[in-house]
Amino acid sequence: MNLHEYQGKEILSSFGVRVQRGIVAQNAQEAVAAAKQLTAETGTGWHVIKAQIHAGGRGKGGGVKLAKNLQEVEQLAGQIIGMNLITPQTSGEGKKVHQVLVAEDVYYPGASEPEEFYISVLLNRGTGRNMIMYSTEGGMDIETVAEETPHLIFTEEVDPAVGLMPFQARRIAFNLGLSGNAFKEMTKFVASLYTAYVKSDASLFEINPVLKTSDDKIMAVDAKVTIDDNALYRHKDYVNLRDLREENPIEVEAKEVGLNYVDLDGNVGCMVNGAGLAMATMDLIKQAGGEPANFLDVGGTADAARVEAAFKIILKDPNVKAILINIFGGIVRCDRVAQGVIDAYKNMGTINVPIIVRLQGTNADIAKELIDNSGLDVLSATEFQEAADKVQQVLS
Amino acid sequence: MSVLVNKDSKIIVQGFTGSEGTFHAGQMIEYGTNVVGGVTPGKGGQTHLDKPVFNTVAEAVKEVGADTTIIFVPPAFAADAIMEAADAGIKVIITITEGIPVADMILAADYIKDKDCRLIGPNCPGIITPGEAKVGIMPGFVFKKGKVGIVSKSGTLTYEAADQVVKQGLGITTAIGIGGDPIIGTTTKEAVELLINDPETEAVVMIGEIGGQLEADAANWYKASGSKKPVVGFIAGETAPAGRTMGHAGAIVGGSDDTAQAKKKIMRECGIHVVDSPAEIGKKVAEVLA
Repeated sequence: MNLHEYQGKEILSSFGVRVQRGIVAQNAQEAVAAAKQLTAETGTGWHVIKAQIHAGGRGKGGGVKLAKNLQEVEQLAGQIIGMNLITPQTSGEGKKVHQVLVAEDVYYPGASEPEEFYISVLLNRGTGRNMIMYSTEGGMDIETVAEETPHLIFTEEVDPAVGLMPFQARRIAFNLGLSGNAFKEMTKFVASLYTAYVKSDASLFEINPVLKTSDDKIMAVDAKVTIDDNALYRHKDYVNLRDLREENPIEVEAKEVGLNYVDLDGNVGCMVNGAGLAMATMDLIKQAGGEPANFLDVGGTADAARVEAAFKIILKDPNVKAILINIFGGIVRCDRVAQGVIDAYKNMGTINVPIIVRLQGTNADIAKELIDNSGLDVLSATEFQEAADKVQQVLS
Repeated sequence: MSVLVNKDSKIIVQGFTGSEGTFHAGQMIEYGTNVVGGVTPGKGGQTHLDKPVFNTVAEAVKEVGADTTIIFVPPAFAADAIMEAADAGIKVIITITEGIPVADMILAADYIKDKDCRLIGPNCPGIITPGEAKVGIMPGFVFKKGKVGIVSKSGTLTYEAADQVVKQGLGITTAIGIGGDPIIGTTTKEAVELLINDPETEAVVMIGEIGGQLEADAANWYKASGSKKPVVGFIAGETAPAGRTMGHAGAIVGGSDDTAQAKKKIMRECGIHVVDSPAEIGKKVAEVLA
């Protein structure tokens, strides 16, 4: 589950990680009230207005602006809320901004120059352990840093038996070139950040930038936080942080009926049991001259109700020109799936795109007979290649 | 010969009396698998599917000599079940459960790493040695006995591959489903190594998918091993976009080196017979064995 910056910062803050203070606002009036409150609480004169969407690179798309007085707060918040923000991480249409974070200005002048760093916490799949990845090159796209100056990226792997040790936090602070109070602050920051990662069951923390202020405080100025969906059962208070407006509406609907669906750009819809076979089926569609319109895993029980739900989901995409159903019946019998397809087809009335059904495994021959004798406009196949050939045939 | 499980394996089922455990244990017994009992805490002393139920894995080891377990325990308790099995001295721990929190698996993987056991999965279809033991949820009839080993991250795609191999008049020594999670107990490389070292296995089918480095590691190991046994490979997800998870928690393109194209390139460079079409796995196996 992906979170907004303001939600991520709330979680960090709850574990003692220092963050840039801010208040979320749904409209320009709320933004002005938020700015006044922040000034009263922090003494900040200027405010940063930050669009809250689930995508990075918001500054590049004009979604992060500095306001030097309350008129500017009102004006900028009014501009940003409601805009379609296009960033390097969104689609070409961008994402609609529903709310902004009004944040304190933390780049104030002082005894030393402010400095920006990069710190993330994530799983190292190679070792099965968490690691802290960090760099002196804060505020930049980390992929660019990795490509151009890989020697400026450091990692610290955490032994799960003992957790992050103080010497590791010190090594991070040293490698970031800090000394004095800023050094001490950084070791505290890193330790509480790792605690927050573990205790919140996160699967990604990306803090970019981490700021050393001109008075040697260390704080998270941005926060990209992803929580492990499988662990949400132990964080009931996080469940309502999910912002469905940020997700594809068809994918949300599919999830509600227990289907695993990912929307894609192609013209051939597919319905498959199993994630690996679903990906393989998408690949086969491409080789047959089509482009997959979706990934859809119907799971282990492909009965009439599920097949019908899957049909409806796939047909919501107007680009779909054909549908390939590919089920390998193991525990689930093919004849039952075939009956499910026939029943669903009849329930739905007319389906205006050609359908290819490939059923293999338990009772595949009975299933093919059922389909062939159903009188429906459905092409049946038993072999994988045969299904691909039929896709090619209906597309040409 | 075969690897990991055979007719002499003494298998217990953790989560034995639950609905999943009951259904699949029944199927396994029907297949002829040597299921010697099961574990459900609090139900020790009962009999289920004509087999004894134990409160703990340690009791099952002591009473019936269990050496292999298959876990159907719900995700919130599955990591604990894995650690219990390892602690009790079980040698092969096959975990079917899908949806275990990553944080739990980090601890379980660390706990078992110095113990004398092998974890398969989680989130996998299990292992089958045709004609001897089905320790998983796969349809047994698809897997005929033969000389081809299969390693795969996915369930139904494994059945598809086995079906294609069998339709070429060949058969399977052992098929190992290693699972599609970010943390799994047995890697592609380890499973391929087991099959390459198995004297009865004459060819290996290695099926991977986007995300992670497992296939590249296996390919590099294969090249370094100098083995003459042919390996046929397929990577699913050529058409999957970057940054989107495709069903399996581990199936996500993170960088340029874990795309299907990048993996296939490395596999080819290491001497693996890579097929681009998932419909040609069986044909390619027949070809390399001809």
